[in-house]
Amino acid sequence: MFDINLILNKYPFVKKDDLVPILQDVQEQQGYLSEDAIKKIGEYIGIATSKIYGLATFYSYFRFVPKGKYHIRICEGTTCHINKSKLLITELYKKLKIRDKETTKNNLFSLEITECMGACSMGPVMSINDKYYTNLTLDSFNEIIDSYINN
Amino acid sequence: MNNDIENYKEFLISRILLRDIEEYTKEDKEKLQFLRRDKVDDIVISVEYTSSSIIGGIEELFLAIEKYIDKDSKNYRLVKTGSLGLCSKELIIGIQLPGKTNLILRNINLENFQAVFESVFSKHVSSDYIYGQFRNVLLESWKGVSFIDEIAFFANQQRVVLDNCGRINPESIEEYIANGGYKSFVKALNNYTREEIAEIVEKSELRGRGGEGFLTGKKWKIAINTESNNKYLICNAGEGDPGAFSERLIIESDPHKLIEGIAIALYGIGANKAYIYIEEYNRLAIERLTKAINSAKEYGLLGHDILQSGNSFDIIIRKGAGAYVCGEETALIKFLEGERGMPINKPPYPATKGLFGAPTVVNNSETLINLPKIFEKGPKWYRAIGIDSSKGTKVFSLAGKVENCGIIEVEFGTKLREIIFRVGGGVLNGEKFKGLHIGGPTGRVVAEQHLDEVIDFENENIGENLDGGIIVLDEDTCVIDTVKYFEDFLKKQSCGKCIPCREGTRRISEILENITKKPVDNDNHTTLYRFKGVMQLETLAEVIKETSLCGLGKRAANPVLSSLKWFREEYEEHIFDRECNAGVCQELRTFKIDVEACTGCTICAKKCPTGAIIGTQKAPHFIVQENCIGCGICYKSCKFNAVLSM
Repeated sequence: MFDINLILNKYPFVKKDDLVPILQDVQEQQGYLSEDAIKKIGEYIGIATSKIYGLATFYSYFRFVPKGKYHIRICEGTTCHINKSKLLITELYKKLKIRDKETTKNNLFSLEITECMGACSMGPVMSINDKYYTNLTLDSFNEIIDSYINN
Repeated sequence: MNNDIENYKEFLISRILLRDIEEYTKEDKEKLQFLRRDKVDDIVISVEYTSSSIIGGIEELFLAIEKYIDKDSKNYRLVKTGSLGLCSKELIIGIQLPGKTNLILRNINLENFQAVFESVFSKHVSSDYIYGQFRNVLLESWKGVSFIDEIAFFANQQRVVLDNCGRINPESIEEYIANGGYKSFVKALNNYTREEIAEIVEKSELRGRGGEGFLTGKKWKIAINTESNNKYLICNAGEGDPGAFSERLIIESDPHKLIEGIAIALYGIGANKAYIYIEEYNRLAIERLTKAINSAKEYGLLGHDILQSGNSFDIIIRKGAGAYVCGEETALIKFLEGERGMPINKPPYPATKGLFGAPTVVNNSETLINLPKIFEKGPKWYRAIGIDSSKGTKVFSLAGKVENCGIIEVEFGTKLREIIFRVGGGVLNGEKFKGLHIGGPTGRVVAEQHLDEVIDFENENIGENLDGGIIVLDEDTCVIDTVKYFEDFLKKQSCGKCIPCREGTRRISEILENITKKPVDNDNHTTLYRFKGVMQLETLAEVIKETSLCGLGKRAANPVLSSLKWFREEYEEHIFDRECNAGVCQELRTFKIDVEACTGCTICAKKCPTGAIIGTQKAPHFIVQENCIGCGICYKSCKFNAVLSM
């Protein structure tokens, strides 16, 4: 079970510059930043919750809704883009009706569009949880997504 | 010989690091040869284990190899290595048989690895899997296999920063020290004073690799000359550009070299604490850096009172949170202070008043990685590499439509042509070269006539944009679409502080969006209007440049301006002819059905998402152009090639 106190205890002499690392730790363990967690962090450091939201929404890494059972990451790096990853992304928008950093209503899928995964020779690249899919075409992409939807 | 590599600590510190090479005994050298894998008794299997090969499936393969080794009767040593830089030949595995040189195998996968391994053991390997062999005079070479330094990809590179990459185990400090690592740091600490360190760096004429190309020694001196009890070093390994992966791969392949560079810099500046800023998603790089810092501490090369010199250094890794603007030094400092990463006015420069108000040197990771070699071989040696205005080498990630995709390192003064066609092996699948994009989202697009431009900070076309990567574009890539992609990225990443940048990037993006879309009506007036938008891009770009605070805003219009200059005909084609010859801008495509070829199978009509195709069974179909969105599904699904793309 996620316990925010375990994270906060790691920062006994907390300073303002520890805020981002704390938020990162929370997101790593919880998968997102919950309202509850942000309130507790605010109390602990002595910063207004609104300020923390102001900071966290500035950085694209943080998400505010839980991840789905299947977390889809699609690379939209330059090479993947010129290899037409945009087609896959719009296809996914249509299929799952979610945008970047959103989660479907049934909590099955969540989407993250990443900058560059670093596998430019194999683009377009996508990962679902820990499994990677490379050299995607619209057909192979649809097949993969459908197999997850049907399961 | 003791095969447990971890027991070499005492030997490496007292006999290797603290003594000159001339003083090494025969026994010392033998031990080093073992650690360097120059001479091996077991079969050594070295696996390129990087973020790129993980996506290619190395994790599973590694487990399979471990299993295979367990079952086999021969003796093995299985090591992870970093990347040789050849991402397109993955998965790459090296096999070194006792007495033989290390043979590099390419395109290995879960299915073929056993067969390939066995063919190596019986010395009959199919050339499909052989990439080359390392040169080693102590060992017998493979006949008929080229040495990797003869292969065009390596022969046209000069590797100063990347020399260990793909050769040593990045997770082993023992291998790094055995290959000459940390000697420069010990030398700097024992032989030079602080002032001399900065002097040497200044003499080497090393320029910052982060973009501006400011002289590193000069920057250090400003920080050194500022009185303060507390000074900081920030190593910027952020690399938030989409399509750039060189810093990440270098750190994954040779993390100790960065640590050594940082340690030298800390000593030179007189700081005790360094922060490494690296994006959160570079998991493997962070993991290996953490491990490297911990083992350096164990070896007494970091931490309290290093080698009894009275110096104490600490390195802290700070994970980025995905803000491209944090590549700007003042924004990065704000981030580290726990605020929104927004740039502030300079001066005061960070070197006089930076992190927590103390003098702070912000150096790019590639700049710092150059330091160990400068101290090993001297500033004079370093100055001899490169050209008058830029010394040393530059690392690029080479990607896009190119045969050899990966990380490369070339001497300053190398022509773009050599990079693309010699090192890069030419355009992918032998297609025609169209242009290239250099420098990430704030970089420039250049065309074929610029292939003879050289890599140089002073070059007027590409000099400002040597950070990030090189993306090769072929005839199937639309320049407008690529530029639109970068402007969209900048629109999202603009921090919002300066209004011209925040709103201007949005406008640029809208204008580009407008010309890649089908116009609502066929009126000549709209065409003129669209063209007017493009003409105003130039004025807009000028305003953004003049009124923005930081590098992101100042350079935000680079992609648009450079492409307008060199690919004007492509803009005109999009605006007047409403065509995208590369076939990328989907909404500009039109389709027609060849009445002769159409059999009336109705597949296209069924698949059309907007119902724009009409016709009855077994009779030719027609496309209602007003309803067509140009998605191309009909074109792809027709089995009789009856749908024509116009």
